[in-house]
Amino acid sequence: MTTSPTATDPGGPTIVEPDRERRSLKLPAAPLFVLAAVVVALALVYTVGQRETGLVTQSVATGLLLGGVYALVSVGLTLIFGVLGIVNFAQGAMLTMAMFLVYEMSTSGGIPVYVATLLAVPVMFLFGVLVQATLLNKLTMAGNEEGPLLITLGLSLLIVNVLLMIFGGRPLRVPGSVSGRVEILDAIMSYERLIAFGGALLVAGALTLLLRGTSFGLSIRAVSANTQGASLVGVDVSRVYALTFGIGSACVAVAGGLMAPFLSLTPSVGEQFTILAFVIVVLGGLGNVAGAVVGGLIIGLVQTVGALYLPGTGSLILVFGVFVLVLFFRPQGIFGATR
Amino acid sequence: MSATSTAGTPGTPDPGATRRPSVGLDDPRLKDRSTSRTYAALALIVALLAVLPLLLDEQTEAVAIRTLIFAILAVGWNLMSGYGGMFSFGHAAFFGIGAYTDAYLLVEHGVSPWISMLVGATISAAAGTLIAFLCLRYRLAGAYFALATFAFAQVFLLAVQNLDFLRRTEGFNVPLLLEDSWSMMQFEQGSPIYFWIPLAVLALGLFGTVAFVNSRAGQYVQAVRDDEVAAASLGIRVMRYRLVTVALSCAFTSLAGAFYTQYYFFVGPEQAFGSGVSVNAIVPAVIGGIGTVFGPLVGALVVGPLSEWIAQILRDPPESLAFLQGVTGLDVAIYAALLVLIVLFMPKGIYGTLRDRFRS
Repeated sequence: MTTSPTATDPGGPTIVEPDRERRSLKLPAAPLFVLAAVVVALALVYTVGQRETGLVTQSVATGLLLGGVYALVSVGLTLIFGVLGIVNFAQGAMLTMAMFLVYEMSTSGGIPVYVATLLAVPVMFLFGVLVQATLLNKLTMAGNEEGPLLITLGLSLLIVNVLLMIFGGRPLRVPGSVSGRVEILDAIMSYERLIAFGGALLVAGALTLLLRGTSFGLSIRAVSANTQGASLVGVDVSRVYALTFGIGSACVAVAGGLMAPFLSLTPSVGEQFTILAFVIVVLGGLGNVAGAVVGGLIIGLVQTVGALYLPGTGSLILVFGVFVLVLFFRPQGIFGATR
Repeated sequence: MSATSTAGTPGTPDPGATRRPSVGLDDPRLKDRSTSRTYAALALIVALLAVLPLLLDEQTEAVAIRTLIFAILAVGWNLMSGYGGMFSFGHAAFFGIGAYTDAYLLVEHGVSPWISMLVGATISAAAGTLIAFLCLRYRLAGAYFALATFAFAQVFLLAVQNLDFLRRTEGFNVPLLLEDSWSMMQFEQGSPIYFWIPLAVLALGLFGTVAFVNSRAGQYVQAVRDDEVAAASLGIRVMRYRLVTVALSCAFTSLAGAFYTQYYFFVGPEQAFGSGVSVNAIVPAVIGGIGTVFGPLVGALVVGPLSEWIAQILRDPPESLAFLQGVTGLDVAIYAALLVLIVLFMPKGIYGTLRDRFRS
């Protein structure tokens, strides 16, 4: 933690002040700027993009819905990465785990998918608490960054391969969910994806309420802002860490359950989401729930609208391009102001 | 004698004035015994390993060669991330550059793999230096540095998958020759030369690591790793020595890629640039011991044969483990569990922990 040198050093302000000044003025403008950039980019695609209007509308709709899914995975990670500072490489694997949990409940137990999702939430929460308490707490408390990264990497490989041992590599489908689609402004959207999108907003809302409106949320924010200070005023830091990881995992459980109906399940299905979730979390700002949602939507749009010009996996290059630019030029993200 | 007189500048008339305060460079007290011991140990290990292919059957030799590839990757990664303190999660990029340079030049232009190795190492060093420069220039450290390198490796993967001249997702097949050829690095299947080539590369890496660690640049970069501010304030050019380390690490890692293409006769985007390759570079180094000379080798010797050994158990399981027959994924699961346990209980790795125990 570095304190501002301007407070103590009267000789320094001429050098340091302008930069700080500009940054603090720029902050509230950043989300607006990003919004404007997205709108302008879309307007350009519509007007001079040389693509059929209907096609563009469809990819915007698909992109927003995909973004909803991304947001769902990322809100959990933004807590884990933002508060605990853990590069959780197992986020995608935990997502897969949740999906298989839901799959198992709905095929063997005959429980409807969305009910199974609710049941998966406490299971994944406990799993997350356990992981943090047994594997990660010691290293996180010591401020070690690479240790947790390696552990979650190992955990991710472990989860994926244990699932492979149990379920095999053949793609599976979760049966009997809401089918059908709806047409809005010439764009076709499936109910399942709309429900996932709604779920993302709901989870984000609930998390925001938890963080802003409860005393537990206050202690999470306190630990995030200043771990030492929080522990000095009586916050049980290791407990907050464990519960935060648990909440992050519970979010993934919701994500897994809502995504299971429209994905074919293989043990590696979640892996692609890990790195995308990091992209989104950094883009939105560490620990910022609204940032994760907006970041998810932007990345979803970049991927689908970008695919109009770079087909196949090519549009992912754009996504990583955005990521690298954000890392270099705005590492605190769109909404980030805390670090 | 001559060593002391060169300490004076050419214009100095009185050599005695410069000789008296300085200690002769050949003074026995200044002999670095531990370094020469390390060199001797390395020479012994390499010599012992060199006999292996004459004793092993063809299948075991294949496992041994894969182990050597792991070891080369880990030695390369260890240079940048262990000694340099820049945690790379994207070493697949440099392995892939080596593999694809070799494949492309060989298949499209018939260039000898030996030349491709040098070309690949140069491209890899340049790419690595550029990536690291950007990351360091924008002050990415720790987790952010790891994520950025991961992102760059993914960009390479996606780029290869979308570039026609690199055959997109199809990959390259190395054309088979009818007879052995040194210039094209192709030999009879099971030939011990296929073991000796990566062993020579590994030996180069291990001796190179010791030489680098003891060199000025190596000492500087370790000082920077341990305390960047202190090192910078002593006048060490932080960026320069970090980039030197990165360039060496990336160039060396690319050699593993080139050999991979030659040995397996095929390379595709996932085998070259997939995130699994980055993991394969990290895991042996972590298990063996980050920032040690022997750690990556020890780790590779554990990880390399592990999956083969487990595969053997699964093919013909003992009665108590009969339920495991035909199950896939167990080998990686065990290797993952091992990784977690090592990080938790032996943060210095197998070799690092043992070394510390014997020292005290």
